[in-house]
This record gives sequence, structure tokens and C-alpha cells, in this order.
Amino acid sequence: MEKIEMNRVILIKYGELTTKKDNRKIFINTLYNNINNKLKGLAFYIEKDLSRMYIEFRDEDLNEILERINKIFGIYSYTVAYKIESDITSIEENILNILPSTNFKTFKVETKRSDKRFPIESLDVSKRIGGLILKNKKDIKVDVHHPETIFHIEIRNDYTYIYFNEYKGIGGYPVGTQGLGLLMLSGGIDSPVAGYLAMKRGINIGCVYFEAIPHTSLEAREKVINLSKKLLNYQNNLNLYIVPFTKLQEEIYKKCDPSYMITIMRRMMYRIMDKLVKKYHAHVIINGECIGQVASQTLTSMAVINSVTNLPVIRPVACLDKLEIIDIAEKIDTFNISTLPYEDCCTVFVPKHPVINPKMDKAILEENKIDYETLINEIIDNINIMKISNNEEFNDLI
Amino acid sequence: MVYLDYSATTPVNKEVLESFNKTCLDYPGNPNSLHKLGLESKKLMDAATSKVAKILNVKENEVIFTSGASESNNLAIKGIAGISRGKTIITTKLEHSSILSTVNYLKQNGYTIKYVKIKEDGQVDLKDLEKLIDKDTILVSIAEVNSEIGIIQNVNEIGKMLKKYDRVLFHVDGTQAIGKKQINLENIDLYSFSAHKIYGLKGVGVLVKKENISLVPLIHGGKSQTVYRSGTPALPLIVSTSKALSLMYEDLDKKIDYVKKLNTMLKEGLKKIANVTINSNDKCLPHIVNISIKNIKPETLLHSLEEDEIYISTKTACSSNESVSLAVYTLTKDTELSSTSIRISLSHLTKEEEITYFLEKLQEKINKLQSIGN
Repeated sequence: MEKIEMNRVILIKYGELTTKKDNRKIFINTLYNNINNKLKGLAFYIEKDLSRMYIEFRDEDLNEILERINKIFGIYSYTVAYKIESDITSIEENILNILPSTNFKTFKVETKRSDKRFPIESLDVSKRIGGLILKNKKDIKVDVHHPETIFHIEIRNDYTYIYFNEYKGIGGYPVGTQGLGLLMLSGGIDSPVAGYLAMKRGINIGCVYFEAIPHTSLEAREKVINLSKKLLNYQNNLNLYIVPFTKLQEEIYKKCDPSYMITIMRRMMYRIMDKLVKKYHAHVIINGECIGQVASQTLTSMAVINSVTNLPVIRPVACLDKLEIIDIAEKIDTFNISTLPYEDCCTVFVPKHPVINPKMDKAILEENKIDYETLINEIIDNINIMKISNNEEFNDLI
Repeated sequence: MVYLDYSATTPVNKEVLESFNKTCLDYPGNPNSLHKLGLESKKLMDAATSKVAKILNVKENEVIFTSGASESNNLAIKGIAGISRGKTIITTKLEHSSILSTVNYLKQNGYTIKYVKIKEDGQVDLKDLEKLIDKDTILVSIAEVNSEIGIIQNVNEIGKMLKKYDRVLFHVDGTQAIGKKQINLENIDLYSFSAHKIYGLKGVGVLVKKENISLVPLIHGGKSQTVYRSGTPALPLIVSTSKALSLMYEDLDKKIDYVKKLNTMLKEGLKKIANVTINSNDKCLPHIVNISIKNIKPETLLHSLEEDEIYISTKTACSSNESVSLAVYTLTKDTELSSTSIRISLSHLTKEEEITYFLEKLQEKINKLQSIGN
């Protein structure tokens, strides 16, 4: 990558990363790779050290870069900083240049001097620059406790950085630092949010979609693909595992007690998830179950369903209210897709009265009516893996 | 052939035509069908809509595909009239016939139409516009670029002013602006254009309608590409429009700079020809140069240039039958000039040699026609 000479850089602070002493390098390198990946297609240059990253960019790309950075986990805060020569005259000149474009009533100056070769002490730099600002802007005063604007001056090894507006990043850990988890993605509102929250803690996710064609439509699959694309915004690549569930579901429908249909279907799904996690070297199952929301999500149901696997099952939205989940769904732009009216496999075969407090013995008795081991093995052999991509399709045509 | 009538229509770009052909052949499904073929077509339609939205910097659900700018203009004006409580619409005398005829039609149906004053330099008089707005006003419709002379209105500034009036919506006819300048729809509620002015196909256009606005459709039916325009989506036309727009906005600034150069060259040449008055001023789009030639009937000149395969327009193609140009009159207040005007319209495809050839032939034809006392 070519180094581009510029006077503004995006300065990124890691936040929570700094508390993770031993893993810090891995975290920083993962974040570095993730940023590089997300900025693909733009001209930029990233420099990293133990507490900051500096992205050089072309002016016209600034908004695009900031928009992308807002979707990268592991960034605590960011700012657009002026990168200037480390000498006091240059600092003063640049402050005077910036000043007309600012708007504030109270301010303070904060100086950090990590380059001790710089001849003036931090406090003196702050005083001197503060005085300069007071002299050159009308109707403003210093407020060291609650200033509207803080002028940060960071004097580092080669350069000095000046910035005054800091923005919060989306926080979390860089995606990938925790390994792979498989998300049960249904097409509803909850599961994409669960995936997003899992990624926020650094889990790289793969999505698993249970499909019951012809009872479910291709539009339902398309919906899940579009949800996966939204989740891909937060990680570097994403696989969608499409599970051919029709035969097994029809067997359950034909042979099991209707009130236990959902319980058994979910047990089968968990069994399949268990095998997929092992097959694709993931570590956990993730899903959008929310306590009490539907019959299969009561505590007793969860216990009966969960008992088919020993793997950890992460339920990021288990304790959120529906409105809280919707808030996140709207933020990550999945809500409008999730509410499209296509049936998924969980809503196709719905019994009139699903059992709310299923019994383990009865569930086992019912599911033993079908040869599920064979059917599940057949399913695992026929998984369709789709690599989700946000590249524009039909590029030659449109 | 020297084609200098790009503001009337443009030749289709080969890549655009290819995208049209391929879509016709490879995507036969109706986007409204549930099966795989339908779904493939729907995905393509969504991708094309999304691309158009991205280029225009609006949302996907704000893009309505129509049969062309005239339909877009009709849909915007009648659609808003049909849904609003007030009955007054404000526009200008510089508008295209698809605006003027539509508001006239509404006038016959009990609406009040007001025309805002145009200043000497061709710009809408903002103060007058504000004076015209009353409680009954529902819509202001102004072309971003006038088709005959090329006057550019500051629609951004007008839109900002209109934001003060909640009930008043702002429609902009962008047919002559699209692909010839950078556009900004931030302060505009409705925006019309057609594809054939940007090297796309005839028979397709767009109305951008901001999300929060409702319209009565002109064509009722099922939900198609949008509920505001029924009918089986014209997928190949939609896809080719997206292609045309994408290609047009590639390196647009460079294309504009080139046309500016041509414009200067053309105007310099015209100034040397006696009896020629240039009606387009500095505030006009470089792509359009409107001139008047003393004592020569514009139609005669047009046909005379045609003999040498040079193609230009008298006024605009859509209003060629009337004898006086309203737009030229509004700007010049001169009956003589407004009855002898012709329009030369340029493109980034125009070559410098073509300008030279045109100037040479124009001089020759003027000499000839004046000598026979036309």
C-alpha cells in the first residue's frame, strides 16, 4: 500500500482492549485486519501502536470511512485529528487555522506529551494554546470542569495530533478474537440481533438456516440471505449453512403427538446444530431465544430442548424485552427485512396447542417414533453452504 | 452527421443497450411471480433500484420507475393535487409542456395556477415566490434546468426556503439536469427525469418521491415496483436505466469540463457571425446554447442545416409548433428574438471538429438565406 501524505488522520482508540493485557497483541492485530478488510476499495494507510491506530485517507473518502468504522467492533472511540509537525509554532498556526470552523462557548486544552524530547511541558503547552484561543475567538471562556469543547494536543514521536470532537465507536471486541459460533437464523426479528450481539463480544459467526421447501418459499430463503448480508457488515466473511429440513419435519408431523411437534422439532434442530458446530470447528451454538416469548422458550421447554447437546448455547437476547430487541434490529437495519411476511419452517407446521411445559420422558417417547439418526446424518451430508457477499450482484447489468 | 440536439434525446449507449438485451433474454420472469424465475427478476429489479437510489443519494423506496419524464411530471403534479387539501400550484413560465399542460388541465378543474416572476438573469425571484405562497398552496414545481435556454435554477436554495412551509411540497423537473450537473435532492420532495436524455432508452423515466409523501397514482393496479405505479415492471428498461445513470455519473466532472470547453468554442465562433444573438447566459448549463438569428425563420434554418446533416432544434422538440418561444421572451423581453431562436445542444460525445463544421455551415446558410431575403 502506498503511503499518502495528508494533514488529517482518523485516530482510533481501542477502549476495552487495553484491559486485556496478554491478548492485547492478538486483539490489536485482529482489529487492524478487520479495519483493513472493511476499508477495501478505498485508498488509505493504517499505522498502529499499542494504544492507537491512525488512518490516513483521501478527503473525499472521509464520510464513507467513518460510516464503515461505525460498524467495526473493538473501536471505543474515534476522531478526525490534524497531523502536524511537532513544534510549538506549527501547533499554534494549526490551532489558528482550525479555530474559525469551530463553534463553542467554553473550552479547555488538554496536552499529552509522550515525546519527552519536546522542550515544553504539557501543562505549559495547554496554557499557551489556551491563551492563544482566548485571544483569537470572541465570547468564549475556559471551563476546566465541564467544557463544551476540549482541544486535545497529543505530542507523539514523529508528529503531533490535534483534535476536538471525539465520537463513540460501537465498542465490543474485534470480531474473530473469540473463534467461531454458529447462529440459528430463522428470518425473525430476534435471531439477527442475537448474531449481532454475539459478534460484539468478538465471536465470528456462521449462520444456519433450516429450510423446508416446498412448505417454505425461496423468498423466505432470500430473506435469510439478506439478513446474513446485514450481519456481514460486522465481520469479514460469513457462511450461510442451509439445512434441508423438509423430510425430517414431515416425519415429525406425520408421526408425533401434535402438541409435542415444536419441542421435538427444536430438539432435532439442536442435534443438527451440535453436529454442525463440531463439523465446522465452531465452539458454541447461538440463537435468538427469548425467555417466555413462545411455547418453546419457556424455561421448562428450554431445559427439555437443550438437553440434547452439551455445547454451550448462547442466547444473547434471552433477557431482553421485545422492544429492546426491536431497537437493536432497527439499528442494524434488519427489522424491515425480518418483518417481511414469508413463512419460515417454524411457522409452517404449527400445532393448535403446543405444550408449554413439556416432559422429557414424553418427548423422548414421541421422537423415538421416527428414525431421526438416519435422517439427521442424511441432512448433514446435504448441507448447502453459501458464501455471503456484499459485492454488488448483477454489476455488469446495472 | 453532426448531431447537436442532445437535449431533445441522446443516442443509446451500447453498454446500456446490452444490459437491456441481456435482461430481456436472461430474466424472463415477472418480478411479481413467486417462483424462482420471478425471484431472480425481483432481485435484479431491487439491485437496479438500489443502484439508482445510491447514485441519487435517496432511499430505495423513494424511486418510482415510470414511462418517462412526462409521466413522472404528471404523476407528481396530479398525484399531489389529488391528495392535498389546497388548490393552488405555483410554477414558472420556463417549464416544459408536460408541466404547463398538466397545470392547465388542473386549472380547468378548479385549481389556481400562479406563475412566479423570473428575474432578468433568468433566475426565479425568490421574494416573489414567497409572496405567492398562501394557505391554499400545495405545490411548487420548477425545472432545475430549462430545456430551451439552459437556465439553471438554484433548486437547493428554493427548496430550503420552501421548507419553512410545511404544507407546500417542492417538485423539480430534472430532465435537462440529470447527467449534466451534480444534483442534490436534499431539499427536494419530488424529482422527475427520463433515461433517454442520458444515453438510456426511450420509454422509461423516474420519479423520486420522498418517503414521507403520499401520492394518488395515475395508473391503478396491484403493487408492482411500487404502489404508486402499477403494471408489470418493465424490468429491462429499469435495469438499463440504472446502467445509463451509472455510466453517466462516472467521471461526470470531467465530462462537464469538456462540454464547457466546447461551449466556449461555440460561443466564440457565434460571436463572429453577424446578426446572431446568444440568448443563453453565464448561468446556463454549458450543454445548451440558445441563439436567435435576425430575419431568418428558425424552421427554414433548421431544414437548411439538415441538408448538410446537421441536426439542431427550434425551441424544444416538444413545443416546436408554436411560433414564439416563451422562455426566450421571458429572458429577453424581445418578440423578435423569441420568434427566431434555435437551440444547439452539446454532449461529451460532441467533437471539436463538429463545432467547427457547424459554425462554418451556419455562416454559409445565414449568408444564403439572407441573400434570398428570407
